[in-house]
Amino acid sequence: MAILDILKYPDERLKQESVEVEKIDDDLKAFIADLEETMRAGPGGVGIASPQVGRFIRVVIVDVSAKPKTKNNGCMILINPEINTWEGMKKGREGCMSVPDYTGNVIRAEKITMTALNLAGETVDYTCEGYEARAVQHEMDHLDGKLFLDRLVSRRTDLFRRKVYK
Amino acid sequence: MSEWKMLTLVGKDKPGIVAKITTILYDAGAQMGEASMMRLGGNFTIMLMVKSDQTIEQLSDLIKPVVEQLSLTFHFQEIEADLFHHEIPDTCVTVYGADRPGIVAKVTTALADAGFNIMDLDSDMAGTEEDSIYIMQIEGNATQGQDVIEQAVKAVVNDGIHVEISSIDTLIG
Repeated sequence: MAILDILKYPDERLKQESVEVEKIDDDLKAFIADLEETMRAGPGGVGIASPQVGRFIRVVIVDVSAKPKTKNNGCMILINPEINTWEGMKKGREGCMSVPDYTGNVIRAEKITMTALNLAGETVDYTCEGYEARAVQHEMDHLDGKLFLDRLVSRRTDLFRRKVYK
Repeated sequence: MSEWKMLTLVGKDKPGIVAKITTILYDAGAQMGEASMMRLGGNFTIMLMVKSDQTIEQLSDLIKPVVEQLSLTFHFQEIEADLFHHEIPDTCVTVYGADRPGIVAKVTTALADAGFNIMDLDSDMAGTEEDSIYIMQIEGNATQGQDVIEQAVKAVVNDGIHVEISSIDTLIG
């Protein structure tokens, strides 16, 4: 086990697209264990994407279970994840281990459903809401070479919570 | 002498002010830092960090012709620049309602007394001249918890003024 180095922007490698995992072998499992350790050592500790440590494969880990009063699926190890549905929109503040000392507002879907492979190579369906859904979307963006900086909205945007009129 | 200066510029807004001023400073070897430009009541306002080994007098002489041509007023002062240590606010306080004298004074005093450190404050006047509304959004750290803040602010605003306290749950991914 080891804590891996986090790539920091302006490292252009963060802007590249990652490729699908083809084989879940011992090497990948060892890497994912290191990735998880790296995530837990970070300032937020709730999510990490493989390209953040310079390995450009479609793997992300999200675990928001340590946060009080937050709906969660526990520790999700997501291999080749695909978001299938998006619902609702909400503005929230984000920062990133790859962009130190900056936070900004980003709009994300409030609820998503997705499919990913687990470590055993099985296809698993997930439903995520709120903070967990935000974390998944933030991490999955890294797989497409996107940072939260690409999605910043003005702090004046959506000053008031949109009311839902029926 | 501090290398960092804060430049404040105020005046009637017109296109190209930021471009002209920063170009002069850049051409003179200065470096720009953090900045906040805003239109307040239609006026151009900016606060801009400028790093330069020139004195305030030298920098002032440099921008004076263009500043005068644009009918702006300006001020330079030496500052300490604590860069790369942004604090992250944990609470957002939104106050809005019919415009009443003293909203800002009362709310900010209540917040200060409740241990709230304001890091960011934005306020706007909206509505119409006859029926103006005041909207204020404040971000900062609620050192004594959000319940304390909520009680403190609600105790000082009149009926018809809405106060909303929400957590800023920053995700670091």
